[in-house]
Amino acid sequence: MDELLRLLKTNARASAADLAAMLNLSEEAVRERIADYEKDGTIRGYQAIVNDDRLDLDRVQAVIEVKITPEREGGFDRIASRIGKFPEVESLFLMSGTYDLLVFLHGRTLRDIAAFVSEKLATIEGVVSTSTHFMLKTYKTNGVLMDKEPTDERLKVTP
Amino acid sequence: MNDSKLPHDALPVPSRFDIAKHLQAVPRSGIRDFFEIVGTRKDIISLSIGEPDFPTPWHIREASVYALDRGATAYTANLGLLELRREIARYTRESFGAEYDPGSEILVTVGVSEALDLALRAVLNPGDEVLYHEPCYVSYAPLVQFAHGVPVPVATSRDNGFRLDRAMLEAKLTPRTRVLMLNYPNNPTGAILAPDNTRDIAAFACEHNLLVVTDEIYSELTYDEPRCSIVAEPGMKERTIFLNGFSKAWAMTGFRVGYACAPPDLTEAMMKIHQYTMLCAPILSQKAAIEALRSGGNDLATMREAYRQRRNVLRKGLEDIGLPCVLPGGAFYAFPYIGDFGLSSQEFAVRFLEEEKVACVPGSAFGASGEGYLRCAYAADLDDIREALRRLAAFAGRL
Ligand SMILES: Cc1ncc(COP(=O)(O)O)c(C=O)c1O
Repeated sequence: MDELLRLLKTNARASAADLAAMLNLSEEAVRERIADYEKDGTIRGYQAIVNDDRLDLDRVQAVIEVKITPEREGGFDRIASRIGKFPEVESLFLMSGTYDLLVFLHGRTLRDIAAFVSEKLATIEGVVSTSTHFMLKTYKTNGVLMDKEPTDERLKVTP
Repeated sequence: MNDSKLPHDALPVPSRFDIAKHLQAVPRSGIRDFFEIVGTRKDIISLSIGEPDFPTPWHIREASVYALDRGATAYTANLGLLELRREIARYTRESFGAEYDPGSEILVTVGVSEALDLALRAVLNPGDEVLYHEPCYVSYAPLVQFAHGVPVPVATSRDNGFRLDRAMLEAKLTPRTRVLMLNYPNNPTGAILAPDNTRDIAAFACEHNLLVVTDEIYSELTYDEPRCSIVAEPGMKERTIFLNGFSKAWAMTGFRVGYACAPPDLTEAMMKIHQYTMLCAPILSQKAAIEALRSGGNDLATMREAYRQRRNVLRKGLEDIGLPCVLPGGAFYAFPYIGDFGLSSQEFAVRFLEEEKVACVPGSAFGASGEGYLRCAYAADLDDIREALRRLAAFAGRL
């Protein structure tokens, strides 16, 4: 992967000037490359990684395994894109193995989630079965541990 | 370093016993002095830390935890775990093109620190002279003196990129010269040797029948050119003690594990000292080291890239301030020249610390020829490096 992308993936807020110094490029070149990535859809957005568990949110998260019958035309993609359009769906993946789609979903209450599954998801033509798991606690997301690891004080001067 | 917590005015308790004369002749470490000046201050940015700021990669720590869990709490063979020596043999073959026999040519030590001591004590007779480049790592001259040898520094400077060359070495050669010590990539300058330098130095060593002790602890950290080791030069393996370790490459300073590779007779001699003084390196650290060599390749690449970026930031910052600095090709140090401000490097470092709360080690801590320079370690957080640069600009602007 382009080192510029890797850096942005770990810190999307790095300034063009800082990135330029780190990569030994001009600021202009960095700006252009980022603009190109945004234009061609390689970069799809910038978000903060928030530890939701620290917030007093009315919010439930679930993961749903969905089995579907692929369609003659379009395979899994058409059904996936229908599911993906629901704003409560956060992430959606096509999987190998015993089920086909993995849906990451959030709602305000358990009932919201149950309603989504029974009314919206299960009724889509081609959906054969669903299996819903609720998330209880987030330890790590997007490569970031939610609890900061205690770091040992290093000596201030070492050889 | 616990005693650094003593109040500064505490006088040493007078002793009935005299300290050994050759020890009295060894000055205190300049790093140690500076450590005491910095003391336990918390409000400073430190670019004085000669060790990675990354924690040891988790899978390596985990290997140690697992070993502890399984009851690995005993001595190992004096030479070190055979499994580790085999990994070291594979690694040195693949990385440096040097073939060592795990049974007789590899000794696992308590860091490169111990390995340096063993190498010198194994070969020096009283009065033997040891050539080494200066500025250099703080322990070289003292270790030579502990081994009753005579340290003969060869001054390098920014004019030659802190590299050694043949003419400089010839100038210091005497009939008593026995050993040449090398440390490239270098602490404190970040210098690396070019392939033609390496070839020249190797030829010099062969011609004058010198033993070369090469400390390649920073060998994984080169940023522009692939590393090259003197041990791979023709005729060098039989006259080289090759030292390497885990502290820098895998961020394992606290594990205290390194190794020496050398022909069997030299290994045996070092082993003789090691078995009586140290017995063996800690088993949990050896277990971690096995894991590092087996599956630590990605960690190296990630950390190397991070250091490269920090180096770029630091070097550009120094350039913008107008402080001349040889491009550091390896390790994680920049060594800018600060000699034009009319301050000694010690005065510069102390005032910089006091006025701007940034700690950088004065170059003079690394030998007389380090005077006029400042060691800035970039194994530090990028934001800290940027802030330190802003403060350095302000400080230099006032001088
Ligand atoms: C050049 C050099 N050699 C040896 C050492 C000591 O390494 P170890 O931790 O393996 O004892 C250091 C540590 O700073 C160093 O910079």
